[in-house]
Amino acid sequence: MKKTETAKVLSNNKLAEGIFDITLECPEVSALAKAGQFIEIYPDNGANLLARPISICEIKENALRIVFQTVGKGTKLFSEYKMGDKVRILGTCGNGYDLKNGSALLVGGGIGVPPLLETAKQLISAGSKVNVVLGFRSGSFLSDEFEKLGAEVHIATDDGSVGFKGNVVDLIKAEKLAAETVYACGPKIMLKFLSMHCEGQNMPLQVSMEERMACGIGACVGCVVKIRDEVSADGWTYKKVCKDGPVFDSREVCWE
Amino acid sequence: MINTSVNICGVELKNPVMTASGTFGSGREFSDFIDLNRLGAVVVKGVAAVPWKGNPAPRIAEVYGGMLNSVGLQNPGVDWFIENDIPFLRQFDTKIIVNVCGHSVEEYENVVRKLQGQDIDMLELNISCPNVSEGGMSFGTDPKMAEKTVKAVKKLADKPLIVKLTPNVTDITEIAKAAVSGGADALSLINTLTGMKIDIYRRKPVLQRKVGGMSGPAVKPVAVRMVYQVCKAVDVPVIGMGGISNAEDALEFIMAGATGVSLGTANFTDPYATIKTIDGIEDYMKKYGVNDLSEIRGIIE
Repeated sequence: MKKTETAKVLSNNKLAEGIFDITLECPEVSALAKAGQFIEIYPDNGANLLARPISICEIKENALRIVFQTVGKGTKLFSEYKMGDKVRILGTCGNGYDLKNGSALLVGGGIGVPPLLETAKQLISAGSKVNVVLGFRSGSFLSDEFEKLGAEVHIATDDGSVGFKGNVVDLIKAEKLAAETVYACGPKIMLKFLSMHCEGQNMPLQVSMEERMACGIGACVGCVVKIRDEVSADGWTYKKVCKDGPVFDSREVCWE
Repeated sequence: MINTSVNICGVELKNPVMTASGTFGSGREFSDFIDLNRLGAVVVKGVAAVPWKGNPAPRIAEVYGGMLNSVGLQNPGVDWFIENDIPFLRQFDTKIIVNVCGHSVEEYENVVRKLQGQDIDMLELNISCPNVSEGGMSFGTDPKMAEKTVKAVKKLADKPLIVKLTPNVTDITEIAKAAVSGGADALSLINTLTGMKIDIYRRKPVLQRKVGGMSGPAVKPVAVRMVYQVCKAVDVPVIGMGGISNAEDALEFIMAGATGVSLGTANFTDPYATIKTIDGIEDYMKKYGVNDLSEIRGIIE
């Protein structure tokens, strides 16, 4: 089920350079939300027509919290929203994570970190032991909030400014982190190497993918990723990130 | 009492508003938002003889006032369409127009042959997609080829045949006339304009396939001009499209001579766009004393 709604900006804070944290009052859409889903936000400025898909960082009472990076004109516009501004949104989109019982390892890279916060919250309240591995180029954001939830947090940075110097997969190997289910969101290259590691360790991994989208509801068939398909003659098919994903079983993804 | 209905080749639509092929799937994705019963017709995403994989991603790029796509007609094939989408759409009181795509005359023929006797209302022959390397647009840029293709398909078609034209030609009226002499019962235009966007920071095209088809509000003046020219050049009904987002846009095309109008990219930016357009046309007719759309159709000399 999806709805459109005019959301009201309740707050907008800058978390780090180019990273913004907005809470949107949207009772109808927030009532539909699941961890790992996303919403579509329309810039509505005449020039930028397409909605921006933004992951849900936290599901609140009558509201959704989003944490996003400014990468282009649309997200730049969102970063300038003030309290009380009205924003047209559509949601919720995608399948979200399939939350399993048992221990969990959550792995986020850069702007892939935010959707893991709601995921951690729900897993912890369901009684799972949660380890979180967060990777950043430099510095970090949201890590203290994972700690507050009761997760064990491990940080890797490319420049060594915080925590382990190196990437998240090397950190997972160094600390021998393991879990019954791994949930990840981040750059494709991170997901690919994490997938290789998890496959080797026989750990099921759910990856949240990203691709350029137009509609966000499965109609335009723009946001495809290559997924294994035994029925197809060449063994793969294009599936839609917005509707079939964004979360896929890592063993189904054709990593390139 | 205003009459919004229009007749295209004997098929009566409750209003002129349709969906442009490839922007609406077969309607499923929009049924969360709108009542499909209200649409004049659903023009479904292109259907090929066999499943098509489409092009590698990125397939989408945003441009000022519009977008580029290079989806490449990914579709599950005509057998799947017949089994799944016709029964889905028949639950609704709207007309079904099936967009037919192919890489060759034989492939177009195979689709149309399989659609014979199916519970659909019209066919739309896509000889204008810019995103496939063989067939597609190449059939729609050469008048002789266009006429030959239309003639072959028309022989097998048991429903009225709309031919969808590309704007990527010097003189669209030449292709329009060729399609009509090949047997087209109606024409639809415009398909997308070929375009390109370069990411200057990565020094690469945004689209994996480098070029794609441009659509959205920015192309509307080009589309209005072409619909106007084609309506003056041929006697068959024309379905106008290209950047239509609301009733004002739709009425421009009708005044240029179009009998039907299709919304495309607007479905991506507002899932309610078709319904708002239908309501807006009715409001306009009431406010300005138009009882039937024929009173304003093609009024531009």
